[in-house]
Amino acid sequence: MSILDRYEMVCGVETHVELATKTKIFCNCSTEFGGEQNTHVCPVCMALPGALPVLNRDVVNLAIKAGLALNCEIAEFSKFDRKNYFYPDSPKNYQISQFDLPICKSGWVEIEIEGEKKKIGITRAHMEDDAGKLVHSGETISTSNESSVDYNRTGVPLLEIVSEPDMRSIPEVLAFLEELVKIMQYTEVSDCRMEQGSVRFDINVSLRPRGQKEFGTRTESKNLNSFSSVRRCLEYEISRQAELLDDGEEVIQETLTWDEGRGITLSLRSKEEAHDYRYFPEPDLPPLIIDREWVENVRKTLPELPAARRERLKSLDLSDYDAGVITSDKALSDFFDEALKGYTDAKNLANWIMGEYTRLLNAQGLSVEESPVKPLQLAALLGLIDKGAISGKIGKAVIEEMFASGKDPDVIIQEKGLAQISDEGALLKIVDDVIAKNPQSVEDYKAGKKQAIGFLVGQTMKATKGQANPGVVNNLLRERLDQQ
Amino acid sequence: MEITSQSIGELHELLVTKRISAVELAQTMLQRIKHIDPEVQAFLQVTEDVALGRAAQVDEKIARGEEIGALEGIPMALKDNLCTEGIRTTCSSKMLENFVPPYSATAVEKLKSAGAILLGKLNMDEFAMGSSTENSGFFATHNPWDLERVPGGSSGGSAAAVAAEEAVYTLGSDTGGSIRQPSSFCGVVGLKPTYGAVSRYGLIAYASSLDQIGPITKTVEDNARVLREIVGHDHRDSTSVPFEIPNYAEFLNKDIKGLRIGVPKEYFAKGLDEGVKTVLHEALATLEGLGAIVEECSLPHTEYAMPAYYLIATAEASSNLARYDGVRYGYRAENTEDVLSLFKKTRSEAFGSEVKARIMLGTYALSAGYYDAYYLKAQKVRTLIQNDFNQAFDRFDVLLSPTAPTTAFKIGEKSGDPLTMYLSDVCTVPINLAGIPSLSLPAGFVDGMPVGMQLMGRPFAEGTLYRVAHAFEQNTDFHTRKPSLIKGGAR
Repeated sequence: MSILDRYEMVCGVETHVELATKTKIFCNCSTEFGGEQNTHVCPVCMALPGALPVLNRDVVNLAIKAGLALNCEIAEFSKFDRKNYFYPDSPKNYQISQFDLPICKSGWVEIEIEGEKKKIGITRAHMEDDAGKLVHSGETISTSNESSVDYNRTGVPLLEIVSEPDMRSIPEVLAFLEELVKIMQYTEVSDCRMEQGSVRFDINVSLRPRGQKEFGTRTESKNLNSFSSVRRCLEYEISRQAELLDDGEEVIQETLTWDEGRGITLSLRSKEEAHDYRYFPEPDLPPLIIDREWVENVRKTLPELPAARRERLKSLDLSDYDAGVITSDKALSDFFDEALKGYTDAKNLANWIMGEYTRLLNAQGLSVEESPVKPLQLAALLGLIDKGAISGKIGKAVIEEMFASGKDPDVIIQEKGLAQISDEGALLKIVDDVIAKNPQSVEDYKAGKKQAIGFLVGQTMKATKGQANPGVVNNLLRERLDQQ
Repeated sequence: MEITSQSIGELHELLVTKRISAVELAQTMLQRIKHIDPEVQAFLQVTEDVALGRAAQVDEKIARGEEIGALEGIPMALKDNLCTEGIRTTCSSKMLENFVPPYSATAVEKLKSAGAILLGKLNMDEFAMGSSTENSGFFATHNPWDLERVPGGSSGGSAAAVAAEEAVYTLGSDTGGSIRQPSSFCGVVGLKPTYGAVSRYGLIAYASSLDQIGPITKTVEDNARVLREIVGHDHRDSTSVPFEIPNYAEFLNKDIKGLRIGVPKEYFAKGLDEGVKTVLHEALATLEGLGAIVEECSLPHTEYAMPAYYLIATAEASSNLARYDGVRYGYRAENTEDVLSLFKKTRSEAFGSEVKARIMLGTYALSAGYYDAYYLKAQKVRTLIQNDFNQAFDRFDVLLSPTAPTTAFKIGEKSGDPLTMYLSDVCTVPINLAGIPSLSLPAGFVDGMPVGMQLMGRPFAEGTLYRVAHAFEQNTDFHTRKPSLIKGGAR
């Protein structure tokens, strides 16, 4: 009997996403990733004496946008609070966050697992500033002889999105997180670049015996930065907690850290050791009043969200699976929509994008944004195939060439002489030649083996190096053979 | 009259008529500081080169026949919690003993562009925590009226420097009385503007929701001139308020006939020195004689102001002062084992005991389980106190009280007993909680020591305070009296 037959898992996630503003949340320093150490800093984000924070309005715009996309209420009155704790990556030794009055609350995200739809509640989302980055000489701060701090990231705006404990399986958690990240990317609230740490997850999970109403004791695993870490961490935590419960022991409520290398969770601090953050209202910032007009103005900037886009694609005759693959990445989905402006067969377009296009993109190790083939070029190629200007087979050769040179498909067809031969006069000569050279097949055909025509079509195609229009060849062969 | 005794307006006249150059004026002040400051010890640092350099620029401007502004060429000095670009700013703390800010406070920048001549940085209680300037991390400042007495605090250096005529005017900061109480003790004019009137950008924070920068001057008119230059909305301080800046001088030389003055009885309660009380009653009689209508009133929640203040101010301070950790700037302890010991040792070694006491008090007030009983309760008291004032201002144009319950006390007299020390701010603290403007001006003397009276006004009604203060000043001579130290020269 597996663990989840005996126990039900209960999971909620706190997600920190970096907001895609040009400047930091409380000063004008750049948020650009990867600058030389301590070059994107000023008296405010370095917490020099007397420096004061000023809220970046763009941060609020993005937080409202995220809130709307997550079906949240946008608070008319919210405020900032100080979260006090000492750590060398935090120059003020407090974080400016939102405690009891966050900007967004009471929303939801819809996920779909094996055709079943489910809403995952969003408790709240609030704005806060990021800390700097510690660079240790050793592995951790306590085992290092020296550590230095890079404050470039200090003050980069974050949105912390807190979910309800609504998830009951690992696939649900992953579906939720994937959908959440997609929403952030579609709305351009965050680019959610996991490798740059611009999205991080804290996973709260507990088990309870099937049928029990009360939640079990949970643990919180901090700072996971990829879906695969989330999956592995949950698998580990569930089996660890199940073992404890099976043995009649108790799960300790604690904060954990995920050791990616060893694939285990380690205790960071217990409930008793939890910080007292001594939250109090930030006296340097007045309360944030958001009138309804502001919210409506932001609402106007909301793009089509991934769920809506999936539905639209399905209405264009795409399968659930195809619609899911195309919309899994905003750039790919945008590519699809752009190509659709020059080509109407959505299903065929999806097949090409998911097939040849993605294969060639991956082979070159490129992202959609870096694609040498532009959407309208792909659309033009498919149009040429449909028109009969080239065969589908030649089309695959042409797209390879498009990836190599970036040239338009008609230019490539012209240059390489790949145009399909549909002219009956030109093909008739070749057809007659093939008939003359293959008397056995001709006899077979006449004897009633109609499939023998396939061989003759193949020979004709071969003779034209694939450029002959196979439909025209087929018709010509039948005509000639039936005449004989 | 001696140059150093002149008002801003008189000095401006001397400059534009070329009877004195800005460099000569600066030199005169620098001479005065050299002569008298070894006794008063108001200055932490004298910026002679900066002063003479700037003065020379003003002289060039005058020589070119250009007009100069009201404060141009006038020598002044700053409390050392105001950041000055390239000039050491210590907050009178070992923590920032060698801290040189890369930027200037907005108020400082404004004065600089108004052509002010910076003479130096002034002593204060460490991080503005104190009422006597004895809590300076470096040395105590002495009251020019009696060198054995304190100048008050925390802007003790700022008030003493003006009283000793070592600077024409100074800037101080006021969180619970830190401009007004020393102004009272030193017999000068000090204003705490409305919260939000002067940008706090570059003012090293003690308690963010209470701190305000304000001018300390010899006369009411000087005060109005300086205030006009430093007020105004600043996008770098989100708590600064956009408002139309009045020409405060227009409020001077106006009569006060029919003006309603409320006298809150709670400010005349026990603990008030009899001599001070007498002075205040005489002052009220003077104002009545000038046509003002004086009536007693009540601010019923006054007694809760002091505890509320010490919870709110210390809570904010405990967080504001967290940044002094030895990592990026300021003092850093040596021979530390790890990052935690670096924090602990740095802060233990570089903060003085009053600062530590207030950080601990504030940390406690914000701690889980105590927040509601202390910090939150104090915020509620704050609202009640604001309501008290709002109601009083429905009936009165200004309120009047003593600035401090006593005159300046002896150095060392209260330094062992912080609670008694705190009581010297009993009349000033409620005003900061309410955020309203308040001005202290000389109202008389007790045993040769100056007594200040405190005027309180509606938000942004600094002009009304100047109107009343100027009328009183023009009809009394307290502001013209000088400490014997000045009259007879240094001992």
